[in-house]
Amino acid sequence: MDWFSLAFMQRALLAALITGVTAPAIGTFLVQRRLSLLGDGLGHLAVAGVGLALLTGTAPLPLAVAICVAGSIGIELLRESGRASGDVGLAILFYGGLSAGLLLAGLAGQGTGTLSAYLFGSLLTISAADLWYITILGAIVLAVTIGLLPQLFAVSADEPFARSIGLRVRLLNVVVVSLAAVTVTVSMRTVGLLLVSALMVVPVATANHVVVGFRNGLFAAMGLGAVAALSGTVGSYYLNTAPGSLIVVIAIAVFALSWPVSRALQRRHRPVVELPDDSAPAVHELAETHPHVHDADCGHLAVEHAGHTDYIHDGHRHAAHEDHYDEH
Amino acid sequence: MLLTEAPASTDAVVEAASVDVVLNGVPIVRGASLEIRPGEMVAILGNNGSGKTTLMRALLGLIPHRGEISLFGTPLDDFTDWSRLGYVPQRGGILVQQATAREVVSSGRLGTRRPFLPASAADRKAVDAALAEVGLADRAGYPFVRLSGGQQQRVLIARALATGADLMVWDEPLAGVDRNTQELLAGVAARLKQRGATIVMVLHELGCFRPLIDRTIVLADGRVMPPGYSHHEHDHGHEDEPGHDHSDHDHRAVHGGHETGELERPRTTHTGLEEVS
Repeated sequence: MDWFSLAFMQRALLAALITGVTAPAIGTFLVQRRLSLLGDGLGHLAVAGVGLALLTGTAPLPLAVAICVAGSIGIELLRESGRASGDVGLAILFYGGLSAGLLLAGLAGQGTGTLSAYLFGSLLTISAADLWYITILGAIVLAVTIGLLPQLFAVSADEPFARSIGLRVRLLNVVVVSLAAVTVTVSMRTVGLLLVSALMVVPVATANHVVVGFRNGLFAAMGLGAVAALSGTVGSYYLNTAPGSLIVVIAIAVFALSWPVSRALQRRHRPVVELPDDSAPAVHELAETHPHVHDADCGHLAVEHAGHTDYIHDGHRHAAHEDHYDEH
Repeated sequence: MLLTEAPASTDAVVEAASVDVVLNGVPIVRGASLEIRPGEMVAILGNNGSGKTTLMRALLGLIPHRGEISLFGTPLDDFTDWSRLGYVPQRGGILVQQATAREVVSSGRLGTRRPFLPASAADRKAVDAALAEVGLADRAGYPFVRLSGGQQQRVLIARALATGADLMVWDEPLAGVDRNTQELLAGVAARLKQRGATIVMVLHELGCFRPLIDRTIVLADGRVMPPGYSHHEHDHGHEDEPGHDHSDHDHRAVHGGHETGELERPRTTHTGLEEVS
């Protein structure tokens, strides 16, 4: 545990923890709105802020936050007005941001080596001032995300309904993308701008495998994100690699492990088709020779009626009767 | 009772005068005027593409329109009393990953709930009552996406009930739901009506709601048809609908000695596909 006494590692771990919980929290709303890749785009945009900071000799974090938040609000307003026609406008903005960042960094006499500390994270570069920014911004993101959870959920689930009950849909949408922009930028020292999007999406997908409910999913994703971020940071100290890559690899490994759990959960909440009791025909028809045993796990759709369970099999309803299946 | 003209009154719950809606340069609703009075249950009927869903969205202020619309006597632009509205959109537009039925229904309380504060006991009670009203108290913890189509429709109705609204606006509540659910929803509507709520529904067919409907408003080609016009009497709007199977409107059955003579028989091949208008 020698790493724990190192000042830079303590800063790195705290920064990683903040990224680990904020990225999946805001990512939950992006995933629900089918905007999983927005974080990636915002990361590209933030590179322009870093490049500008390198050229002007100012602190990269505040400048990157400002550019990224402004860009995200612009994107959201364009989307809402229906003028961001598909992906092309976004692609231009995002790759414009990335190339402008690289260009500005080059003009500042900095190579891609300097930039890669922002693109993939770097344990050594987190200053005490950075940590303050990260802590304060992270706290704001979490407070708003959790405090407005029901409202943000309603807007991302069903915008017309949210509008019909008087929620300020445009404002809430702008809040989501701005928080996403802040989250992306504050994680540039830990996961890095090019990989942070993975931390906004992968723990959310994992949480959807293992828990039921939106709120539960959000908190589970935060926990999973924290575990991946902390273990990845410690691991990268030993492996002497950029922390972002290991954090994301760990998050994806956990996602893969959650697959069997998801299968079990899906079985528990299999869609149920209800039939009226009177629809059961009185005919006692023998099902065709049936080598397959129907049970809760067989994959055939379960239908509950008249106090027992049938399984839909090739368009027939099969009901277990002693050693065979009846056609219902 | 059906298809009678509403007497003029000043305390209309919904009032629209010469409403036009143009979407992407295409006129969808043309000069629609209507009035819905307190406690009425009104069905808006029309073929696919007749503009009924669009008109309903305009009445709720969800899409831009020209013309005058007022809710509860207040012009739409000044209307803020949104918790009096219980809107049930078409089922297809809901984006939820793992949200439970209860979480979806809880959204209905947000019109009155304050941000950053937890749900009150009254909020929770209203959500419980709404779930029980649609017979889903035992499915509250189920993920919405894992419920059957009819159950999902009931969740959306429960969300509207949870608002405590006295104006219900339901868009195609019978689309793609089984007979049992239709009867259950008719029971819900009947109880709402008993409590004095005003109900406006976009419907394809009256189905189980037939005995409850006070009045129908028929739209054809974006226009409100005069009272007495019968739905499906003419095939307005069908020509721009490739793949529409005319054979499932058996017009002879409608006009040949049908008991009401003015409304189409319930179709058996309802697909529940989203309305394009």
